[in-house]
Amino acid sequence: MTERPPILELRDIDKSFGPIDVLHKISLKVHEGEVLCLLGDNGAGKSTLIKTLAGVHKATAGTILMDGEPVEFNRPRDAADRGIATVHQFGGTFPLMSIGRSFFVGVEPTKQWGPFTVFDRKKANEIAVKAVQDFGITRINDGDRLVGGLSGGERQSLAIARAVYFGARVLILDEPTAALGVKQAAHALRIVNEAKRRGLAVIFITHQVMHALAVGDHFAVLIRGSVAADFRKNEKTREEITDLMAGGESMADLEASVEGYVESHEGRLPPTNADE
Amino acid sequence: MMSTEAEDRRRVSGAFGRLARRPESGSFIGMIFVYVFFAILGGKVFLGAPGFSSWLNTAAEVGIIALPVGLLMIAGELDLSVGSVIPAASLTVAIISGHHDAPEIIGILAGLCVGLLVGFVNGYLVTRTTIPSIIISIGTMFGVMGMTLGFTVMIAGSTGVFIVPDPVTKALLGQFVGGMFQVTMFWWAAFIVVVYYLLHISHYGNWIYALGGDRESARNAGIPTRRLTIGLFMLSGFAAAFVGVGQVLTYQSAQVLTGQAFIFNSIMCVVIGGVLLTGGAGSVVGIVFGTLTFSIVNQGIFFSGLDPNIGSVIIGALLLIAVLTNDSFRQMAQSYAAKREP
Ligand SMILES: Nc1ncnc2c1ncn2[C@@H]1O[C@H](COP(=O)(O)OP(=O)(O)O)[C@@H](O)[C@H]1O
Ligand SMILES: [Mg+2]
Repeated sequence: MTERPPILELRDIDKSFGPIDVLHKISLKVHEGEVLCLLGDNGAGKSTLIKTLAGVHKATAGTILMDGEPVEFNRPRDAADRGIATVHQFGGTFPLMSIGRSFFVGVEPTKQWGPFTVFDRKKANEIAVKAVQDFGITRINDGDRLVGGLSGGERQSLAIARAVYFGARVLILDEPTAALGVKQAAHALRIVNEAKRRGLAVIFITHQVMHALAVGDHFAVLIRGSVAADFRKNEKTREEITDLMAGGESMADLEASVEGYVESHEGRLPPTNADE
Repeated sequence: MMSTEAEDRRRVSGAFGRLARRPESGSFIGMIFVYVFFAILGGKVFLGAPGFSSWLNTAAEVGIIALPVGLLMIAGELDLSVGSVIPAASLTVAIISGHHDAPEIIGILAGLCVGLLVGFVNGYLVTRTTIPSIIISIGTMFGVMGMTLGFTVMIAGSTGVFIVPDPVTKALLGQFVGGMFQVTMFWWAAFIVVVYYLLHISHYGNWIYALGGDRESARNAGIPTRRLTIGLFMLSGFAAAFVGVGQVLTYQSAQVLTGQAFIFNSIMCVVIGGVLLTGGAGSVVGIVFGTLTFSIVNQGIFFSGLDPNIGSVIIGALLLIAVLTNDSFRQMAQSYAAKREP
């Protein structure tokens, strides 16, 4: 098969913070029009991995390749210039700015008015609103609204629409659905599909297996900083993936131990954190 | 799905709601309130030219400084050094053109350069260290104060220096129009226009809001955050120096220990005007309303027959109310979505 090289490839990436090894020999590939789901429990190293991809951290060892060529990211701007866009859990970072203004931060459209340069608010608003509406968010129709006034899903969509508008080729979504309700999460997943349909490579970080299965083409499970499994769609069942994420401990065992706890603690459930 | 009734209600309340949510609406209401309050107590004198000119003169001086201090606050920074830049600039003018008799234009330019320089030092230190700007500008405030005192005593032999400006300079920068209205208020108007252009018309405004919203993201978005921060500090140094220059030409003398009141007064104008202390939001119109509100209270108290100390209490109360409403504005903007979701 003569396939085009993957947009983004990691070869044997290691990352340590001083004496703390967080990532070990991570190798992954993602192609255009493909969703790679990065699964893993809290603390597995997912955020560290994507920060390395986004130029926030520099890998301790290993190579990052784009279109088959080795690249080096010394700062977030380097990754952004190559078309890698990261969308964080809460979407935009400027909640007190209007939709149009935040969309164009740093690249404001201007018009000339005599000797004066004028921020073209109308144009900024129109483009921003059109870009989100193209992603199916028709409820956003006023570019003057504050980003902070949008729902979580809408903010995610805005951030994704912005990345796509400015030519992102790889979209990294860090737990986009974690803070969303069921309906909003479904919405965010539709947007992931839309980005994929447009030919972007999407790296989708989550610890919700259902969400991953809904959009993923390719899955990688991270356990304590290593890729514990790397498989494609339909190669594993939901139960198998859940077991993998729990670190090999099967879900059935886990359930049994929970039952044991309940029995020995007068019917109370074990304390959990609110994840999942 | 939202019911159509609720949808209608939302549309009707939309325009009004948006206006009510703008923080400067609050400062406008505050301004009208204090004006009416002192109009009732102060009567004809307050409503006439004497009252009018006294609060407008106060507003013009503090207002020139409040504008760039407001821009800095929107960008997430504080500048307390303005308090010592004012006398530093005054004394520079008085020493160069009064004590030494050099042409006034040289003294004035040197005075303004003092402000630009202090601003540059502030901005440089803020962008090169992780020390908060409040600490850095307190440091430069004391540094500038000490140097001003030292040099003045060394050169002029006293802590006050006199100058008799020539008529043209006096008319431009230090005149009382009609015997009451300081020419400074026209300069204030010019500053308002320039800062309005910067914040609300040019694309720099977007940079300033972004800087105050999230410095890191602003930098990653390609905004030259360092140059912008240094530029904003230089603007506030320049404005403070400008007020200092105006003062020395108006009162024909410069004292080392004037100007400290401007530190808190300018911040109060800005906060009463709806600028968020934590940065990211605010407007020029709001800052102007805040400045007028502050000045009306500050001067109105003398026309009211009330104990002048009550004026400070009123300003303190206004400040607290402003901070609370500004904060609830921010919360509303950020949690609006959560409330709307079923
Ligand atoms: N800057 C850092 N310095 C030291 N340790 C870190 C740093 N960032 C992350 N870690 C550690 O790396 C591990 C993985 O964290 P993270 O990547 O945030 O996991 P995840 O996103 O999968 O929950 C954690 O044990 C965390 O404490
Ligand atoms: Mg994480």
